[in-house]
Amino acid sequence: MNDHQSRRLALWNWTVAFAAFLFASFLGFYQVVERSGLFDFLESPKGYFASVSTHGVLMAYVLTTFFIMGFGYLTATTSLKRPLWRPALAWAGFFVSLLGTVLAAIPLLTGKASVLYTFYPPIQAHVLFYVGAALLVVGSWVWCAIMVVMAVQWRRDNPARTLPLAMYATVANALLWLWTSAGVALEVVFQLIPWALGWNDTLDPGLARTLFAWTLHPIVYFWLIPAYIALYCFVPREAGGYLFSEEMAKFAFLGLLIFSLPIGFHHLYVDPEQGAGWKLWHGIGTFLVAVPTLVTGFTVLASMEIAGRLNGGKGLFGWIGTLPWRNPMVLAAILALLMLILGGFGGIVNASYALNTMIHNTAWVPGHFHLIFAGTTVILYFAIAYHLWPKITGRKLVSPTLALIQLWTWFVGMTLLSTPWHVLGLLGQPRRISSVTYNSLLTLAWQPYELFMIMGGAVLLGSAVLFGVILWRTWQNPTAETDTDIAYAEPIHPPEGLPAWVENIKAWNLVILVLMLISFGWPIAQFFFLKTYESLPWGY
Amino acid sequence: MHIDPLEKKWLYVALGMVALFLGSIFVSLALGIKPPSNVETIDSARLHLSEEFAEDNLGVHIQPDGSIKVVMVAGRYGFFPRHITVPADTPVTFRWASIDVLHGVHMPMTNMSTMVVPGYVSEVTTTFPKPGDYPMLCNEYCGLGHDYMWSKVTVVAKQTWEREHASKGGES
Repeated sequence: MNDHQSRRLALWNWTVAFAAFLFASFLGFYQVVERSGLFDFLESPKGYFASVSTHGVLMAYVLTTFFIMGFGYLTATTSLKRPLWRPALAWAGFFVSLLGTVLAAIPLLTGKASVLYTFYPPIQAHVLFYVGAALLVVGSWVWCAIMVVMAVQWRRDNPARTLPLAMYATVANALLWLWTSAGVALEVVFQLIPWALGWNDTLDPGLARTLFAWTLHPIVYFWLIPAYIALYCFVPREAGGYLFSEEMAKFAFLGLLIFSLPIGFHHLYVDPEQGAGWKLWHGIGTFLVAVPTLVTGFTVLASMEIAGRLNGGKGLFGWIGTLPWRNPMVLAAILALLMLILGGFGGIVNASYALNTMIHNTAWVPGHFHLIFAGTTVILYFAIAYHLWPKITGRKLVSPTLALIQLWTWFVGMTLLSTPWHVLGLLGQPRRISSVTYNSLLTLAWQPYELFMIMGGAVLLGSAVLFGVILWRTWQNPTAETDTDIAYAEPIHPPEGLPAWVENIKAWNLVILVLMLISFGWPIAQFFFLKTYESLPWGY
Repeated sequence: MHIDPLEKKWLYVALGMVALFLGSIFVSLALGIKPPSNVETIDSARLHLSEEFAEDNLGVHIQPDGSIKVVMVAGRYGFFPRHITVPADTPVTFRWASIDVLHGVHMPMTNMSTMVVPGYVSEVTTTFPKPGDYPMLCNEYCGLGHDYMWSKVTVVAKQTWEREHASKGGES
C-alpha cells in the first residue's frame, strides 16, 4: 500500500538523520587527526572537545532517533497495511525533535556545551543544550505513542492474527525507548535544567550518573533493533530465501526489550556510589542479554544458508559463495555480522565484572562502540536506506555498484579505525583526550596505532561522502523507480501456536516494571537516605 | 509453536556459553577479584577541613600490618601528591576524593582503576607485581586541561622498600 504520508515522513526524518551523519563524519575525521598528536598546528582542546561533543550528539542521538522514527512510520504502514494514525501528530513530533536538535546545536557549535554527549555533571553546559536534548527526546515519544496505538488498533481489528514480525519489533522498540529514555529524562528535567537555570545551586553527580546509566545500556538496543529488523525481515528475502524462524525472532526481540533495561550498571563498575552487589546483579543481566543476540546470529545465518542453497550452493560452505554478494542488503548483512562477532567479544570483556578494570575509560571503549554501533548498526542503516530510499522518493538508485563500494569502504575503514583503537586501550591510552602529552615512554608505543586510525578515518570520511552523494543523486534521478512496494521476508513455517504472553504488551510492561524496581529501586532511593554532599556547577 | 531441533541445540550452546562466562565471574569473585565499590560520602567542597584528605595527610601511609594505604586527591589538573612511591608485591589501598568535578584514574598495565566522583570516596585495593615507573592518567573528561592531568607512581621492589623503611615505620 502506498501510504503517501508515511513516505514523506520517512523522507524528511531521514534527510535530517543523514545530514547530521554527514556533518558529524567530517568532525570525526578532524578528531582522529587532531588527537593523534602528529600535527602540532591542529592542536586545540577547545576545538577538539566542542567537536567531539557535537559528533557524539549528532551520531548517537540525532542520526539514530530520526532514522528510527522514519523507518518506524514506513514499517507500521506497510507491515500492518493500514494508513498512518494521526499524521499531523507525527509531523508535530518531527518538528519538536528538529527544534530540539537546532537548539542543542547552537551551544554545541559555539563551544558552550563541550560537556560530551554523556553530560556528566558537575561540569555545566549552556541551558539550551539540555533543553534541546530534552525536546529531541520528547518529539520521539510522539513516535513511540503512534507505534503503540497502531499496533493495538491492528490487533483489535485482527483478533485472530499475530503481529507481523517487523511491526512486533518496532513496537517493542517504541516501548524500549519509552522505558530507556525515562532515566536520562529524569536527570535532565529534575537535575540538569533547574541547575543550569540557577533554580538549584547544586546537584548530586552520583545520582546523575546512576540515572544516566539507566539509559546508557538499553539505548544501544534502541539503535540496534532497526538493524535487526533488516536482518530478519529484509535480508532473507533479498538473499533469495526465507526467514528460518519467526517464533525465535519474536523471542529475541522480546528478550532484548526486557533484559536490556535492568542492566546499566556495567557502565558504573568502577564507580564509588553503587555497591558491589548491585553491580554484580546488573553484570549477570548483561550476560543474559547476549542470548537474544546469539539467537539472532543463528537465525539470520540459517536464513542466509537456505537462500544460498536455493541459489544452488552445495557442501558445507558452498552456499556462502552463491549468496547474492552484489545485493547491498546482503553484503551489508554479511559485513555487519562479521563486525558484530568481533564487537560482541569486546563487549563480553567490557561486561565482565573483573576484566572491566583493565579497559574502563580507555581507548578500548570507543573502539568497541564504533565497531558495534558505527560498524554493525550504521552499515545496516545504509543498507536500509539503499533499499527504501528509491521506494520513498520514487527515483531509481543511481548506481548499485557505487553502493557496494560504499559498504565495502565503510567496513574497511571501520576495521582500520577500531582495531588500533582497541590495542591503544590495552596499552593504557585513556579515551576522551585531545592530545598525547604524557611525558612517559609508554606513549611512544601509541604512535604507530594513531597513524592507522587516521587512515581508517580518511577511508570512513570518503565512504560517508559517497553515501551522501548516492542518496542525493538518487533523489535527483530522472529515472523513476518502478517497484515501490515494501515487502518482508516470509518464514519457512507460518508462525502458529505462539503463547499469548509473547504478544501481550501489558505483560511485557509489568515484567519490566518489576525488574526495573529490583535493579534501580534501592540504588536510586539510597541517595535520599544517605548523607550526600552535592556539587556546585563548574565550567570547563 | 515450531522451534527447529538445530536451533534448540544452539540455544543450549548459547546458554552454556553464558553460564561459562558467569561461572568465571563467580570464580574470580571467590578469589576476591571484584570492582571497587565503596558507598561512602564526603563533602568535596570541604576536603581541606576533613582529617583524612587534608593536604598534610595526603600520600603513602604504612599500616601496622605492613600493608599500604595511599590517600590522594584528584583535582583539575593533577593527582595529589604528584609523585608517590609504593612497594611491589604488597597490598596497596588507594583512597580517592575529588576536589572539583568528575575524574577517572588508571595506571596503565595495572588493576588500579577507579572513577572519582565529587561527593564520594573511592577505594580500590590492588597489588603491583612489577617494579617500575607508572603514569597515573585521568580518563574522564574534566575540562579543557584534561589531557594534562597526570601524575607519577614509582613501584619499587619489595626488598628495597623493606630495607628503606625497616628503621622508620609509620610514615613514608
